[in-house]
Amino acid sequence: MLPQVLKTSDLGAWVEALMAESRVAAPVLKETNVSDPTDLKFGWQYVPDPADVRLDYTVTVLGPKKFLWPPRQKLVRYNLGAGAEPEAIIDHEPHVLLGVHPCDITAIATLDAAFAKDVPDPHYLARRSDTAIIGLDCGAPCDESSFCLDMGSLYPESGFDVMLTPLGDAYFVEVATQLGEALVEAAVVRPATKQDMEAHQAFAEEKRSDFHYKLPYELKYLPEILDASYDSLVWEAIARQCFSCGSCNIACPTCYCFDVYDEVEVDLSKGCRVRRYDSCQLDPFAEVAGGENFRQERASRLRHRMFRKGKYILEQTGRVGCVGCGRCERACVAGISIKDTYVQIAGSR
Amino acid sequence: MTQTDIEKGAAAASPYVPKMARIVAADQMTETERFFRLEMEGEPLAYEPGQFVGVTVFGVGESPISICSSPTQGERIELTIRSVGLVTGALRTFEAGDRLGIRGPFGNGFDTGAMKGQDVLFVAGGLGLAPTRSLIRYVLDKREDFGKVTILAGAREPNLLLFREEIAEWVERSDADTLVTVNQPDKDWKGNVGVITRLFKQVEIDPARTCAVIVGPPVMFKFAVLEALAAGVPEHRIICSLERHMKCGVGKCGHCQIRGVYVCRDGPVFTYEQVKRLREGI
Repeated sequence: MLPQVLKTSDLGAWVEALMAESRVAAPVLKETNVSDPTDLKFGWQYVPDPADVRLDYTVTVLGPKKFLWPPRQKLVRYNLGAGAEPEAIIDHEPHVLLGVHPCDITAIATLDAAFAKDVPDPHYLARRSDTAIIGLDCGAPCDESSFCLDMGSLYPESGFDVMLTPLGDAYFVEVATQLGEALVEAAVVRPATKQDMEAHQAFAEEKRSDFHYKLPYELKYLPEILDASYDSLVWEAIARQCFSCGSCNIACPTCYCFDVYDEVEVDLSKGCRVRRYDSCQLDPFAEVAGGENFRQERASRLRHRMFRKGKYILEQTGRVGCVGCGRCERACVAGISIKDTYVQIAGSR
Repeated sequence: MTQTDIEKGAAAASPYVPKMARIVAADQMTETERFFRLEMEGEPLAYEPGQFVGVTVFGVGESPISICSSPTQGERIELTIRSVGLVTGALRTFEAGDRLGIRGPFGNGFDTGAMKGQDVLFVAGGLGLAPTRSLIRYVLDKREDFGKVTILAGAREPNLLLFREEIAEWVERSDADTLVTVNQPDKDWKGNVGVITRLFKQVEIDPARTCAVIVGPPVMFKFAVLEALAAGVPEHRIICSLERHMKCGVGKCGHCQIRGVYVCRDGPVFTYEQVKRLREGI
């Protein structure tokens, strides 16, 4: 399908049409009681009313990861008593993520790779394959914490069904997949004219000039720079501020480590196996039954996360482990910045 | 990752669903270690020495446990489980006839192909004897495939020694040298006393053709590796099995990760050459 144009005033009707077909999640305003408009807090949620959708958002506190991979997910159900008969719980329903920024599109691609490689995880992938992604391009950096340009997540080439580019009172609508075409058919759009295409190009050029590199080296050198920093005291130094609270993991759109435990129903007739988000920053994460803890030192846990984000996930999945969204820095009570850390280690040998 | 990979994976069987197994024999080996022989209710488990399974007590949870039997023993699998946590504690009351959930086998197992024709030196401390026994049984059952076989086993106290009767059988064998030691003897103990590394003085090692399989607590591992290296065994022929708390077994959950390596998938068996590079391994 050739590019289309959707008037901003027709967005609500489109959301309503999409909501008639499946659940639609989008950024909405979560905290309004602030003096400075840049302090507004946005969050992803299933849209209660099309009028609540805020495509003018800067960045959400958490990414849209929870729709693909819930913070707490039942994996297996079984009976207690005679025959356990364990069976998988794979629940999914079609849903649309509307207004996903480039960093989060890239983050979803990382999760896709992590859950699909080697032994595929249908609990994630079934939800993923039932998810339509309507991207929303960014014209300007959200704030100082982000470094998406450095991490190569600002210009995703795939991983979305539709891409919207805001052009004043309209959106330039690009369709990337068949599913995307079906979604756009539900909208009141008109084919893009020569002027629209020029406006789209002007947006792209402005975007290029608005984003600046923040790391003093190219992404491809990050794994090697991390390797060279392994024994540096820099990890001890940064860890002095860290509380090991795990907020960074919870805020991260690519973190996918999990804990597994069993739950029993109150009448003791059934049980289930559940996974929930876990954090490599918490003290018992690498502890074994005998009490040995292989990452007992706070610095070793902090270093592990920085390595995972900049090196291990990339080497494991071929996709970046950090998309430069800046959420971990914003969530950190101690103000630890992954971006500043990656800058600092450039000089530590 | 393409759309096809996602759709194929979406339809794949969940790797988290346990299969049912029945306990055919249970034995309290020591105060804390319990032995189980299991029979799968469906397909028998195809496994290699050194692999592990996830053991489910329904209603309680799952623990990663090394298989301590060898596939050469037949279709049943054997586990030696130390009661230290919720799941392993619950297993104390499990008897023959009870049912468990089993996932796996997971992990790489010992590279028995590479050991063929080599002398094999086993160094097993404490609970480390459980995963080691899978390979000891394998090697003894395929005895003609291997060179000289030496088994060094150690425990803190005589009553903590696992597989006592079986060790006594190994001691009797003329085609293997088996030495046992304890750190703290009781009045009935007549054998060697001291840490396991002291046994190295009593054995002859041909470094050119020896694989040293060393499994035990981290502190034992370090000193046993030192002895093996001192005997001239090259780093790539010193083999160990690492303990981690694997929660998924399929390289996702992150709990067993050492730097870029998932122990559940890339291990738990590594050479000392690999462990040394991992740095956070031991």
